[in-house]
Amino acid sequence: MLGYTITQWLFGILSFLAIMFGLLVVFSKNPVNSVLYLVLTFFCIAGHYLLMNAQFLAIVHIVVYAGAILVLFLFIIMLMNLNEDSEPQRTWLTKIIAAASGGLMLFVLIGSLKGAEKLTLTSYGAAQTGMVKNLGKVLFKDFLFPFEIISVLLLAAMVGVILIGKKETK
Amino acid sequence: MIAFVIYKFILCAIVFGVSLGVAAYSTLWERKFSAILQDRVGPDKAGPWGLLQPLADGGKMFFKEEIIPTVSNKFLFILGPSLFMLTALMTGAVIPWGADLVIGGKTYSAQITDINIGVLYLLGVVSVGVYGVMIGGWASNNKYALLGAIRASSQMISYEIAMGISVIALVVTAGGTLSLREIVQQQDAGFANIVYQPLGFLIFFICALAETNRAPFDLPECESELVGGYHTEYSSMKLGLFLFAEYINMFISSAIMAAFYFGGYNFPFAAEFYNAIGLEAGSIWITLIGFGAFFTKIVIFICVFMWIRWTLPRFRYDQLMDLGWRILIPLSLLNLAITVGVEYLRGNINF
Repeated sequence: MLGYTITQWLFGILSFLAIMFGLLVVFSKNPVNSVLYLVLTFFCIAGHYLLMNAQFLAIVHIVVYAGAILVLFLFIIMLMNLNEDSEPQRTWLTKIIAAASGGLMLFVLIGSLKGAEKLTLTSYGAAQTGMVKNLGKVLFKDFLFPFEIISVLLLAAMVGVILIGKKETK
Repeated sequence: MIAFVIYKFILCAIVFGVSLGVAAYSTLWERKFSAILQDRVGPDKAGPWGLLQPLADGGKMFFKEEIIPTVSNKFLFILGPSLFMLTALMTGAVIPWGADLVIGGKTYSAQITDINIGVLYLLGVVSVGVYGVMIGGWASNNKYALLGAIRASSQMISYEIAMGISVIALVVTAGGTLSLREIVQQQDAGFANIVYQPLGFLIFFICALAETNRAPFDLPECESELVGGYHTEYSSMKLGLFLFAEYINMFISSAIMAAFYFGGYNFPFAAEFYNAIGLEAGSIWITLIGFGAFFTKIVIFICVFMWIRWTLPRFRYDQLMDLGWRILIPLSLLNLAITVGVEYLRGNINF
């Protein structure tokens, strides 16, 4: 079709949808709609993982992000009942600072991509990269130490949350 | 190619039809069952033994007045029940309903799709299923609906964890495969997985009760506190979709339990039985008898679900959370540790 393969078509469509929903997350007025658009964005990204033959990553992405984290987001936003009347209006100063820090974030992201083309990827068995068995071997054998460090980081965050959430006992 | 598409389409239509049919007659059986337990007659006016009751109920749902609250978010209000129904029906795609069928030298599998991450697909669909309830409850713009939705989603998230961990233990027993077809095929000789995973099955069963919002876990629609929970504002067929999806969920989770722990379409001495009556592998009769065995197990599970609903009182909310977080999750972790230890000693795991 028009000189492109089906994979390329799917890539194009998924990328378009992902970017469109990503923009809608930012531009929609209602925070609940934003979260729902974010769910759709995550589904598009899961589609990208599927295209790269990483089924495990795709489904875990949906289970963890769409199924758990965003449900909690939705939870909080639904309970907070945000709307224009009840929310205090932001001053111009806050808006400028927010825009500046967002811009800096973009700068950092682009900066991190700059050297990306020089990286060489180590392939773990070509087409089978995303299969559970290979992924497990890579995570729990070759990169066991960094993986455990990440879990310690998560544990620290969890302990922090419990400390903040705990009632003062005195 | 065309033949393949037609065959898959027919299979999808059959699974869809069977899910809806079983769900419809589950509603009748639920009422009959409660009638038996409470020494009543139950519905018996529509048709012989009340067999046309589901049709009458469905017709009533369709002809009721459709009310969309003016203060609701209309699009999300309609999306909620549709999404709940969609996720309820999606799980049927990875369940192997019967043994392979050979017609004219071609093998047809009685499973819509055999993806190598089938178990994870199930967990994924279950975790996305929360959105139907949450969106519906929030879009109603009613405090009871919102409270019901929040209860439903926190309950579903809490019990998903224990469910996931008990499934991991099952996957370890099954030799690391995540394909439902292989898990069922491994049980065709020897013992079913329930022998190796009794505790895992118990945890999975309790979590399945909680995930389907069935009593004693029906706090999200607890009428004495929350009017009707997340479907308070719904009427007509939208309410019907919510109620109906619950029965489909019950059917599908019964099917999953039968496939995971009770051998799916296998039954004791199946191979000997087929030999004795002279059936060759791939015969349509093997598929049909296997489906019959599978269906019997599913019906037994559905009856257990109903038996529990009409026997046990509802939990209090803190008891529900205690059971999920303080009992089931540690138990499922213990089960996983024991399973991995035993499999390591048997030499099935090597590092």
